[in-house]
Amino acid sequence: MTTVVGAVIVALLLWLALWTVVARDAFLAVAGFVVYGLLLSLVWVRLAGIDVALTEAAIGGGLTGALLLGAVGRLRGTEAATAAERPGPGLRALAALLALAVTAALMLAVLSLPDPAPTLAPLVVPNLQSTGVGNPITGVLLAFRALDTLLEAIVLVIGLIGVWSLAPDHAWGGRPGLRYQADPDGILAYLARVLPPIGIVIGLYLFWAGADHPGGKFQSATILAAMWMLVQMAGLSDTPRSDSGWLRLGIVVGPLAFVAVGVFGIPAAGAFLAYPEGWAKPLILLIEVALLPTLVLVLALLMNGPPSRHGDAR
Amino acid sequence: MSVETLYALAACALVGIGLYGMIVQPHPLRKLIAFNIMGTGVFVLFGALAKRGAAAGLAADPVPQALLITAIVVAFAATAVTVALLLRLVESTDTASLADEPPAGR
Repeated sequence: MTTVVGAVIVALLLWLALWTVVARDAFLAVAGFVVYGLLLSLVWVRLAGIDVALTEAAIGGGLTGALLLGAVGRLRGTEAATAAERPGPGLRALAALLALAVTAALMLAVLSLPDPAPTLAPLVVPNLQSTGVGNPITGVLLAFRALDTLLEAIVLVIGLIGVWSLAPDHAWGGRPGLRYQADPDGILAYLARVLPPIGIVIGLYLFWAGADHPGGKFQSATILAAMWMLVQMAGLSDTPRSDSGWLRLGIVVGPLAFVAVGVFGIPAAGAFLAYPEGWAKPLILLIEVALLPTLVLVLALLMNGPPSRHGDAR
Repeated sequence: MSVETLYALAACALVGIGLYGMIVQPHPLRKLIAFNIMGTGVFVLFGALAKRGAAAGLAADPVPQALLITAIVVAFAATAVTVALLLRLVESTDTASLADEPPAGR
């Protein structure tokens, strides 16, 4: 029975991926990609990765899909011109051959994997207790492999700097995108007033529950960022100026607190990012609380794009 | 066939599908979508390996799963930077073409 379900999911997944890749125009491709992201979350559940499934649904499908949808609208006019550059049947056949060869080589590697599989789970479980968190994924993210999470937070900030750097000179330090206009009595404005209180509670619950159950700061930050963007799209609040000191402080507070905790570990526990005995849980909590505003701001600002206008002119 | 082998093999096909799309689709946004599909293929393969590593009472090895969460977030950031670059390219050249010689008259 499980094999049948698995086979159906796999068939749908591959069909959707192929459909997305060869779709007639970019809008259809993006629509296909969003559905593909949702189906992928199901794959993560089947692979026993509830935390990964939540992240995939929120960020992989949701945020990436919304980002691509926004881009499609602005790139409408450029599609016809590039269509002429589509490679001929000969090159397409060669590309298909190459893709098949890569797939076959990977499949061979999968079928010759060692048995039993190498695993770090037996090392994680007995050491989890010393971190004070119950969710092994959170334990890995913030204790055993905290360095990866620190670098990731820094990569996010660098990504935002990259996006902001694309601002034209005259808009430097200004606000991204157009100010959204919506009917103040319309359904969007209504939802933007009703949903955020609920979304904020759900987001903070996921944040807090992440210590012992599936969830955590990334999934939580995505929901909070989505609530903020909903308010922006309904025209209830403008996108922030990128030269605001508070905004910039909020963006860097997470990585800075993370580095500070790491440096504190050198005299206190003998290594960068090491937690002294009994201090693990409070330090992890401190990092998570500091990372939350960084993640919310960076995720939402990455969606907003580079600054494109100055002042408060509408 | 076990669940993880099934998904691992599917992941190999996803990498191939994404690679094909990245080569044959001329529009950069289509290449970006295809590249993301290729990326998810790598993620699913990694996730299947995590499932293979189920031990010590856990349903899957948590170390690769935690790295997957990191990977998904970083992939989103990279996609956002690429989209911004692409929109800027169109803004300043009026074409999304990646050809060496831009079409005449631009």
